[in-house]
Amino acid sequence: MLEIDHIRKTFHPGTPNEVKALRGVTLNLEKGTFLIIIGTNGSGKSTLLNAVAGTFFVDEGTIGLAGNNITHWPEHRRAKLIGRVFQNPFSGTAPNMTIAENLALATRRGKPRGFSWALNRGMMTELRDRVRTLNMGLEQRLENPIGSLSGGQRQALTLLMASWLKPDLLLLDEHTAALDPKSADQVIRLTHDIIQKDKLTTLMVTHSMQQAVNLGDRIVMMYKGEVLHDLSGSEKQRARPEDLLQRFEDVRRREQLDGTVAEMLRKNYI
Amino acid sequence: MNLLIGATTIGLILALLAFGVYLSFRIFSFPDITADGSITLGAAVTAALLIHHVAPWEATLAGFLAGMIAGSITGLLHTKFKINELLSGILVMTALYSVNLHIMGKSNVPLMNEATLTSQVESLYANFFGGKEDIDVFGWAVSVRDASTLMGVTTIVALVGLALYLFFRTNLGTAMRATGDNPQMIRALGVSVDFILILGLAISNGLIALAGSLLAQYQGFADVQMGIGMVVWGLASVIIGEALVGTSSIGLVITGAVMGSVLFRLLVAIALRWGLNPNDLKLITALFVFVALIAPAMIRKFKSASAPKSA
Repeated sequence: MLEIDHIRKTFHPGTPNEVKALRGVTLNLEKGTFLIIIGTNGSGKSTLLNAVAGTFFVDEGTIGLAGNNITHWPEHRRAKLIGRVFQNPFSGTAPNMTIAENLALATRRGKPRGFSWALNRGMMTELRDRVRTLNMGLEQRLENPIGSLSGGQRQALTLLMASWLKPDLLLLDEHTAALDPKSADQVIRLTHDIIQKDKLTTLMVTHSMQQAVNLGDRIVMMYKGEVLHDLSGSEKQRARPEDLLQRFEDVRRREQLDGTVAEMLRKNYI
Repeated sequence: MNLLIGATTIGLILALLAFGVYLSFRIFSFPDITADGSITLGAAVTAALLIHHVAPWEATLAGFLAGMIAGSITGLLHTKFKINELLSGILVMTALYSVNLHIMGKSNVPLMNEATLTSQVESLYANFFGGKEDIDVFGWAVSVRDASTLMGVTTIVALVGLALYLFFRTNLGTAMRATGDNPQMIRALGVSVDFILILGLAISNGLIALAGSLLAQYQGFADVQMGIGMVVWGLASVIIGEALVGTSSIGLVITGAVMGSVLFRLLVAIALRWGLNPNDLKLITALFVFVALIAPAMIRKFKSASAPKSA
């Protein structure tokens, strides 16, 4: 479904701020797989997601999705195949427009938008029915501006919007990181239900080892712009948060060793 | 009374300008200075066509379309060439000064002897009222000519306002509002933000050029200087409208823009009548917008300063 082939991305090349964010990442995702990406800060996990979404173009490599080579597609064109939920609850909705209007926008993701009414009676009924499934009482407030809702409610709606038209790929970028624990739990449950129901092919980035072991079929650990571990099948099922943390600790120690050894050599010989 | 009718008519015509400014400044938060040039462009194109005896409605439509082209150029400069928003507008506005002079052939084109929308509406109503010079409105003698122009302009502004209101409820229109509200979100829903911005600026400047076209036909001339300071004027109208009716719905804002434009024009007419030096008009307008821009923050500051401090 998703084929990422040796993609590389360097930000600010040739400047002191140069960052090699992706260093040749290859990843293949079967249809219906729920993949979780974990990694430390700056490991390139969000960059990978943004590369797939089309926020920027990669320097090298190709990205294929649902039989299309989307490497050079602009972001809005990829949106026909991709549903997205952002880390920031403010990013996924238009705050000054009503809940109904926001949802109506999502019902035409990747479709032409013309001069027919965005909202009509039939549409309102459909919106109300599907918002009711969130169990948040929002179906009573469809005419309220989305800006008046809490972060958790907005994230739940964004999730609903991203999956309204069944996307070929769902991208979740640490979508619970900015929420309080209770809302985060609620949104995670919702995420699980939606992905289960439609068997959505999903790429989810998270900080939480707990989420990583509880959800999904496969875990990819990233480190410094590369895929470090790729756990699937029974290996994924057995994984516990401590194991994952241990793996990160191992890399960190190896790094540190490199640093101190270099320092020692420098002191003694230069 | 004639003073008031004249001011109301111009205020209504400039409500179209306010619609355009609302679209660029408020919907997109795009400070589009093109308006100063495109309002003159609309007047210039219409005037040039009218003296060649083109049908007035065709000349007016041409003015509208010319404004749309000017707006799309500003949009293209900003989206495709990544030129700063203000600068894109300034470039097109400056270029339009020369373009307008070329279109008109001179700096001022009188339309007194041409058939215009105004003259057509006047003759229409003159027939309707059986050739009377004045009609009686609540005891006031109002010239049929003034009354008929006012009614004609009211009809046009009402139709344009309604069209705009309905447009903002279509799929395309809601996408346009969302583009201004949260470009990241609407891009993720498959809308080309660049395209929508260009389209929006085209519509905005089309409306502004339409205001220029009608203004020229009402005043009886097009002048290459007539656009100076019009952006600020439009902004003042929008701000007054928002203060009058609030911003809670699109319909209210559009109505507010019309009310703001008319009210502002009436205030100016009265101030001029009381002896305000016309040379000071732009200064006063700019000061007014300045105060309106900083007032909300000042009031908040004052309120929070006077509120009891919570430990």
